[in-house]
Amino acid sequence: MSLTADDVKKIAHLARLGIEEQDVASYAKDLSGMLDLMTQMSDLDTEGVEPMAHPMDQVQRLRADAVTEQDSREKFQAIAPQVEDGLYLVPKVIE
Amino acid sequence: MHNKTIAELAKGLRSGEFSSVELTTAFLDRIKQHNSLNAYITVTEELALQEAKAADLKLAKGDAELLTGIPVAQKDIFCTEGVKTTCGSKMLDNFIAPYNATVVDKFNNAGAVMLGKLNMDEFAMGSSNETSYYGTVKNPWDTNTVPGGSSGGSASAVAARLAVCATGTDTGGSIRQPAALCGITGLKPTYGRVSRYGMIAYASSLDQGGPMTRSAEDAAIMLQTMAGFDEKDSTSVDLPVPDYMSGLSNSLQGLKIGLPKEFFGEGLNSDVAATLEAAINEYRKLGATVTEVSMPTLKLAIPAYYVIAPAECSANLSRFDGVRFGYRCESPVDLTDLYTRSRGEGFGKEVKRRILMGTYALSAGYYDAYYIKAQKIRRLISEDFKKALSEVDVIMGPVTPSIAFGIGEKIGNPIEMYLSDIYTIAINLAGVPAMSVPVGFAKGMPVGLQIIGNYFAEDKLLNIAHQYQQVTDWHTHTPKGFE
Repeated sequence: MSLTADDVKKIAHLARLGIEEQDVASYAKDLSGMLDLMTQMSDLDTEGVEPMAHPMDQVQRLRADAVTEQDSREKFQAIAPQVEDGLYLVPKVIE
Repeated sequence: MHNKTIAELAKGLRSGEFSSVELTTAFLDRIKQHNSLNAYITVTEELALQEAKAADLKLAKGDAELLTGIPVAQKDIFCTEGVKTTCGSKMLDNFIAPYNATVVDKFNNAGAVMLGKLNMDEFAMGSSNETSYYGTVKNPWDTNTVPGGSSGGSASAVAARLAVCATGTDTGGSIRQPAALCGITGLKPTYGRVSRYGMIAYASSLDQGGPMTRSAEDAAIMLQTMAGFDEKDSTSVDLPVPDYMSGLSNSLQGLKIGLPKEFFGEGLNSDVAATLEAAINEYRKLGATVTEVSMPTLKLAIPAYYVIAPAECSANLSRFDGVRFGYRCESPVDLTDLYTRSRGEGFGKEVKRRILMGTYALSAGYYDAYYIKAQKIRRLISEDFKKALSEVDVIMGPVTPSIAFGIGEKIGNPIEMYLSDIYTIAINLAGVPAMSVPVGFAKGMPVGLQIIGNYFAEDKLLNIAHQYQQVTDWHTHTPKGFE
């Protein structure tokens, strides 16, 4: 199976991932190679096999619905690219 | 001093032969002297000396633990409060972690001294340490070759005696493969044995932290500190931690070893195969019996892994968006531009490749064909392990198909690089523990033997590795120029 340059651009957009125009062809080639590797999977009949999401087949633990964390806003915002009045700043979203 | 084991150093610290400050200073000097290996991203000299002073006080008062005052180094994937935590990426070049990983807290509580943060493949994606934003790490056995990856800095530092021991993480072989290529001992515990809290996520259902050391005994000491249930990690397993030291000297008489025929076929270098054969003979002398086992689904481990791991990575790495922490691009024109350019400029090529692959595998129309199919194969692989481990006590095999390859040799061909992880990846899919133990040399470069055990059988693996290290001295060899 092979992916085209347009496919790669579409996937990159879904991932909000900037890729350089000159690299698109090499990503298309690498991803196509990966997909070729994956087609080996279809050789094996997996009818009726339960998909395995977790090595221990564990379920997520629940905890009591109680406050356990302290407010650490200042500490976390100290490493943010841009903050003002306790808010994270991004370019204007609504005109 | 730098060639001693943890137990020997602990004894020396207690007898007053040397202090933790002296020991720490000796290691800091070695790190400077061998800076060209590029094993460290950050050396925390000032902090290390403060911690060493505190350790000396504890030792003087007599309330010290085995690791108190011992200089260790952390893979730069573990968050360290107040210290830069990069994960080998430009994305986190400015990231000062606001909290400690549980593993880091545990070493601090034990009074260990942190020398610094170790180089690694970017976001733990790579098998050669060449994807690091901070440059390639060199293998001390031959500085033209790679140390392996992703815990390449950890393996190089321990092999070159630039730390007594180090932490690593293993998603598809990232502890065992570099341990094998650098001639050290590495253990990937059972999934859930060591807390993942504060360990920057790559593929959450596969990631597991573990010790990288010069001997099995040192690995037992480190794992004792690292293992255990953690409320803060939702997949941490709530089982008591056994005493890993107490079983080390058990006899191996009657041990049943299984060799999967799929591990010894085409693709395994003949010099590596001969070295492994000699190691397995050593186990026969120790009283073990050897039989062949078959694990037919192993051959599909690589394709299944390269669906599951990128799928989880594409979800995990969506948090790096240039908004709350990490890299942000210059002058974004709108929000989409902010996301797209911050991620495009902050991530390197291998990380982007895996995000793209994962996004594709999870996208509408492909989810069943790739992701669900891979998860079904994952179940069959884990059943292969369960069946084999019901017939034998442990499985042994190669860690890598060949010795360390040259820097630049495989980086241009990602698929070829992926295929070099053929013997390690299935273990992560199943979630069982596995070790790499140095068992000799081929063309002057170290070879590792992989020992794979049942869920939570870390004590048994450590026992098996330790017994081998009592009758051989491969684990004590030091690369030339680093004696």
